Amino acid sequence: MPPADHGTQKVAPWNDPKVRSIVFQFIALVSLGFFFYTIFQNTLANMERRGITTGLAFLGHEAGFGILMSLIPYDETYTYGRTFFVGLLNTLLVAGLGIVLATVIGFALGVARLSNNWIIAKAAMVYIEVLRNIPLLLQIFFWYFAVLQALPAPRQSIPFGGVFTLNNRGLYFPAPVPESGFSYVLAALVAAIIGVVLLVRWARRRQEISGQPFPVFRVSLALLVLVPLLVFVAMGSPLSWDHPELQRFSYGGGGRLIPELMALLWALTMYTAAFIAEIVRAGIQSVSHGQTEAARALGLRNGPTLRLVIIPQSMRVIIPPLTSQYLNLTKNSSLATAIGYPDLVSVFMGTTLNQTGQAVEIVGMTMAVYLTISLTISMVMNAYNKKIALTER
Amino acid sequence: MKRITIGLLGAAVSLSMTLGSVQAGTLDDVKRKGHLTCGVSTGLPGFSNANSKNVWSGLDVDVCRAVAAAVLGDAGKVKYTPLTAKERFTALQSGEIDMLSRNTTWTHTRDTSLGINFAGVNYYDGQGFMVSKGLGVKSATELNGAAVCIQAGTTTELNLADYFSEKGMKYKAVVFDTSDQSVKGFESGRCDVLTSDQSQLYALRIKLVNPGNAVVLPEVISKEPLGPVVRQGDDAWFNVVKWSLFAMVNAEEMSITSANVDSKKSSSNPGAKRLLGGDAGGKLGLSSDWAYNIIKQVGNYGEAFERNVGKGSPLKIGRGLNALWSKGGLQYAPPVR
Repeated sequence: MPPADHGTQKVAPWNDPKVRSIVFQFIALVSLGFFFYTIFQNTLANMERRGITTGLAFLGHEAGFGILMSLIPYDETYTYGRTFFVGLLNTLLVAGLGIVLATVIGFALGVARLSNNWIIAKAAMVYIEVLRNIPLLLQIFFWYFAVLQALPAPRQSIPFGGVFTLNNRGLYFPAPVPESGFSYVLAALVAAIIGVVLLVRWARRRQEISGQPFPVFRVSLALLVLVPLLVFVAMGSPLSWDHPELQRFSYGGGGRLIPELMALLWALTMYTAAFIAEIVRAGIQSVSHGQTEAARALGLRNGPTLRLVIIPQSMRVIIPPLTSQYLNLTKNSSLATAIGYPDLVSVFMGTTLNQTGQAVEIVGMTMAVYLTISLTISMVMNAYNKKIALTER
Repeated sequence: MKRITIGLLGAAVSLSMTLGSVQAGTLDDVKRKGHLTCGVSTGLPGFSNANSKNVWSGLDVDVCRAVAAAVLGDAGKVKYTPLTAKERFTALQSGEIDMLSRNTTWTHTRDTSLGINFAGVNYYDGQGFMVSKGLGVKSATELNGAAVCIQAGTTTELNLADYFSEKGMKYKAVVFDTSDQSVKGFESGRCDVLTSDQSQLYALRIKLVNPGNAVVLPEVISKEPLGPVVRQGDDAWFNVVKWSLFAMVNAEEMSITSANVDSKKSSSNPGAKRLLGGDAGGKLGLSSDWAYNIIKQVGNYGEAFERNVGKGSPLKIGRGLNALWSKGGLQYAPPVR
């Protein structure tokens, strides 16, 4: 009888932990899939039995209603599918602008909150405590109705230096109309941007090698402004302006920021900035004071200490909660429907849903959109977080 | 793991069963619950509006009360669910409410693709415009370029687009969730025009701080037959709601009012006898005094009209299209026989 070789002995598949775990996970997956499939089929069957139309065919039907503001061409003759994109772009616009503005204001406030200047620190504190403790919907209503009521009717508009006009229908401004040759100016701008990127790389390498700093910011700014400007002048100013004109009811022509957008953007920005300020403060305070002292010992002044030593280290603490705030802001933008800003929820889940009555499809699509936007923001922020995370050497 | 899987399957099966059983049987459901759940507006004077004590009244509310009186014998046994225009059909489809009586326009799309049935028309309306006096606008044809405040999810939105494109005019629609918000938008000067069904415009005008500053333009740009709505596929309940409304109209035609219903009940008029007693109720699955209860507790259609939107109300709307057919209007009910 040969000695029992436990190493190579065949184990029955039902006793093999690996096989077992795969089989059970497969069963779980299939039953989960079956579960959702059943719900889906059930919903469809039940809706059909009750005479409720299902399917996505409605997306190709003519919408027949007007939308206040659209970034892409739209009128009543376009389809319901088009209203989806009109709403989506309006949502992305307010969320994108809101994120940028809230970040800028939030960072400034967070730093101000830690200022040695008593007045600045307390002012920032009062702002943060007031703004983040009032429900957002109330703030949106406040800015919309309070500000709207304070603004004059179109005939009594407030002019700003003959360029802007402000009244309760919005902020009117001359719209640029590019003429032939303007594309060269745009090309010059693109060239300038590429130049700046190259310059930044070169300056960094030079500093790493020689230790000599280069005034990157000032030179880049000059590049970005001067190069397109020179081309603009050389081409003989190929740009005219379409000025808004007072008509029977209000101003027509030109560009316009509707009060709904202004109120919503303002409220979202101010509200989220208060939270971001606290996150920034926490991040800065998480960097030990020894770092500041070390920077001072190296002879760095206050500005560079903050910019080169404190902020980069605090970013590791700031980024994850900051991502949550970005997601909150994006989702909160759906409160637009309360004041009539034509975002995705107002246009698509509001009017379109009601005209077609296809609640399941439309609510599903809208949820999928918010999920996609949120996951995209998360992904970008996580990638950035990974890049700046502390690398142990 | 196995237990979870079985649990999931069980949940799926039970879910599919509940989904199936929501249908049919609303009449038995209401009788068993002992109250009627009725979807109404979030506040529209004359049609469905709650006072400071949360007592609802209005022409649409009276339809709910009539159905409750017919089914349960007590017009007070109604629970009201205020709904925005956007929420109303989903609330009905999902079974959250037993019926919808919320100034809802009967249209082809709604009737055919939402799984709902319109049980008649309790108010013939049409869309109009309200502007502030200061603008000096005399007709809707002068509205080119105006900003228009409007409530989301209404037929009004579509009519507005049709009217302006037909006239070759441009407009800016500012869309709000509730009629309260759209009135606020109009008042704050965000819009030049408020558009809605004309009856609503009169009702909303009372809510303005200064009603004298607003005028309703003469143009009526659409047909808006408003009526109660039920779920499709529940014919017994559909009949109950339909005939509760018809009973009110028939009562007015036979001059039966809440005041004289007792004496009419014992009169020899065969039509009145059939309506107030007889087997009409039994065929609907109701008691024989179903119509008596409606008329005694709610009144006939004319009474409800005058009390809520007509002479007895601040709205002072004339009968117009809503007069009986015999008096030059459109209100007509099939005979009870």
